[in-house]
Amino acid sequence: MTGTLVGTGSLLRLVLRRDRVRLPVWMAAISAVVAGSGVAVAQAYPTAAERAGYAATMGESPATIALAGPPYGLDTLGGILVYETALTAFLGVALMALFAVVRHTRAEEDDGRTELLRSTVVGVHAHLAAALVVTVAASLLLGVLVAGGLIVAGAAVGGSALFGAATAALGAVMAGVTAVCAQVMPGARAAAGTAGAILAVAFVLRAIGDVQESALSWASPIGWSQQVRAFDDERWWPLAISLVVAVVATVVAAALAVRRDVGAGLVAPRPGPARAPRGLRSAWGVQWRLQRATIGWWVFGVGLVGVTFGSLSREVAEMVEQNPTFAEYFGADAAIGLQEAFLASALSISALIAAAFAVSSGLRTRSEETSGRLEMVLAAGATRRTWAAASVVVTALGSVVVVLAAGLGLGVAYGAVTGDYGVVLELAASALVQVPAVWVLAGVAFAVLGLAPRAGALAWAAAAGCLVVGWLGAAIAFPRVVVELSPFTHVPAMPAESFSATPVVLLVLVAAALTAAGVAGFTRRDVG
Amino acid sequence: MPHTTAPSSSSASTDPAIEVAGLVKTFGRTRALDGLDLQVARGEVHGFLGPNGSGKSTAIRVLLGMLRADAGSARLLGGDPFTDAAALHRRLAYVPGEVSLWPNLSGGEVIDLMARLRGGVDERRRAELLDRFDLDPTKRARGYSKGNRQKVALVAALASDVELLLLDEPTSGLDPLMEAEFQECVHEARAEGRTILLSSHILAEVEALCDGVTIIRAGRRVLHGTLEELRHVTRTTIEVATARAPDQLASMPTVAGVEQTGDRVRFDVDTDHLDSVVRYLAGLGVQSLTSHPPTLEELFLRQYGDAPDQADELAAGQGQR
Repeated sequence: MTGTLVGTGSLLRLVLRRDRVRLPVWMAAISAVVAGSGVAVAQAYPTAAERAGYAATMGESPATIALAGPPYGLDTLGGILVYETALTAFLGVALMALFAVVRHTRAEEDDGRTELLRSTVVGVHAHLAAALVVTVAASLLLGVLVAGGLIVAGAAVGGSALFGAATAALGAVMAGVTAVCAQVMPGARAAAGTAGAILAVAFVLRAIGDVQESALSWASPIGWSQQVRAFDDERWWPLAISLVVAVVATVVAAALAVRRDVGAGLVAPRPGPARAPRGLRSAWGVQWRLQRATIGWWVFGVGLVGVTFGSLSREVAEMVEQNPTFAEYFGADAAIGLQEAFLASALSISALIAAAFAVSSGLRTRSEETSGRLEMVLAAGATRRTWAAASVVVTALGSVVVVLAAGLGLGVAYGAVTGDYGVVLELAASALVQVPAVWVLAGVAFAVLGLAPRAGALAWAAAAGCLVVGWLGAAIAFPRVVVELSPFTHVPAMPAESFSATPVVLLVLVAAALTAAGVAGFTRRDVG
Repeated sequence: MPHTTAPSSSSASTDPAIEVAGLVKTFGRTRALDGLDLQVARGEVHGFLGPNGSGKSTAIRVLLGMLRADAGSARLLGGDPFTDAAALHRRLAYVPGEVSLWPNLSGGEVIDLMARLRGGVDERRRAELLDRFDLDPTKRARGYSKGNRQKVALVAALASDVELLLLDEPTSGLDPLMEAEFQECVHEARAEGRTILLSSHILAEVEALCDGVTIIRAGRRVLHGTLEELRHVTRTTIEVATARAPDQLASMPTVAGVEQTGDRVRFDVDTDHLDSVVRYLAGLGVQSLTSHPPTLEELFLRQYGDAPDQADELAAGQGQR
């Protein structure tokens, strides 16, 4: 077998070199969320009585269990921490592994780089081996960081280590599963999509299993990582299942790898249409075609976030009654109902997530540009102005639809839980009030695109900053200036607050000014 | 039928298709274009040659209005490439050297999109070109080979009714059969009165297709003219056998590379001074003589590889105005 692994060492260094920023960012982001939540939770539930209250509300809620997993050891700080952060840690490590494996296997092949390397002294399995070694190592390191975060927050060492190991194990399983998808599917995107679908199914299986307390949880890799029961009656053996599955998947992927051609999967790609549809005739058509699927997924995802929050409404009300710290977190006081404050927070968080859509949509032009495709469209007669207008309109309307999905999802789920559907329209309208703030982030993206096209990271940093300020603002006391910088700070927190036109109009003006500056820059600068 | 916008000024048709003078474009510290001159007359097929990284693509991208020049002037079909970009782009088609397509669009969709952006699809021509280039329009772009991506861009460009074709190494990746088909298409385009700027490394292709040639190096024009003129200003290779040894040949100022094998002598001579050399040789009793003008390849190699001194000398002889 060694013959097929020749060159793995060199490829390993190549993978590490290419990911020397990306993987550390993934790991830092995930472990920062875990550690940050740790600090917040430690502050919120310092005493046994408060933890018992948490266990009684959150630990009994089917909606929370569906998201967070089975409630184990909720009488300990560590148990609550796992309950609060398992979703982030598990989905984080799974997605990190998924993207890393696809990036270094099929995406490389699609770009034709594998061929170049394979023509040198490199074995058939070397690419796969290098990708898997790095991904599994990154998962392990992330596991160590997560465990460290819990320990720093004050959780017991043994349980923290177990949770870290469970996180790493899921990363290894996902790496193996993705490796198989990368062999079977016709291209990188299809491979990533299939692995993502498997992850989603795994999530749903364990959500149902956990709520029913049935064996269905054991059909899911995420379930194995949760069944270690960290901070409860701890056990390591479920991770053996993860280990076996990861190894088997790797062997299967390796076996499939020798049965297919470089650049082709085992499944042949479907042919496309010979003629373009009527709509594809201008920069507008191109923008819509490029973005429609993305917008659809965002609507689905952010809508789901709304549904999740909505379905939690009742538990939150109970929880807040028992823990005044949370009332503070949601900005509720005697004058404002808890329910309204929670719904307003839910909308605000959904809008913060929608801001990520706005930034990626606004920066979409940049990837068209660097690939040389924008040049072709412009050389064929589309003006820069039309292209920019199409991009602005698709981004602006896309933001509206995505935010609206959150409001509707929230309202409908709230209605389903409380039987009160009367708030659906009110919540949808409240969601729309968040749109101007999302547009400001889109404006930042356009300004970056037009004035400093290489600095796309700036726009992402702005969105991330707003997210941190908005999400953790109540737990961490940021300087007032920093908080004021986020457009979301200025949005009237409906339905908890009443509508106020001034900030909304001002935000629209800021967004328009940023966008105009960006478009002006884009029409003047070099393309490419 | 696609609609072609009429030239904006009445004198447009007498303007050169491309008129570039003293063009400078820098990227940070790199000077990609360093005072480039380039003229292409209407209806001409013009070869645009230069080694890798000499600024050919940069020049074309300035002409397309993608890049703003730092200094110098560029006119395209009588308009400004940057400010009149949209109006001009309806009258031209472009094939990039490296064709990147939307991975999830089929080739047919890309061709339709390009044609519609320019004003409309010529159905007959589209079908004919798909057939001639043997291109499957239902394949998604991610499944196309380099050559097939190139064909998508070529069909999209050639199917449009435009005045000017800007082709940046359009045949890289094409097989010889497709290469021949491409040459045929260029001949047809010229017969229809279109202007073509053809950047290429395939010198046989340039020799077969082009009326005029501009050779650039390090962002500057080093040689230009019709192929005929270029041959004239450069050296002709002569192989001669004479009754008496041509001793003085090596000392003649316009002669270079004298090589003696037996009684035969081989040397290069400036084409302008052919007359005096032949007269000298005639006095020695010529027994056999062959001469051949430089091929484009020799011109090219002389310009940038083998003898940079010579290239500079030639460039100076060309008179860089």
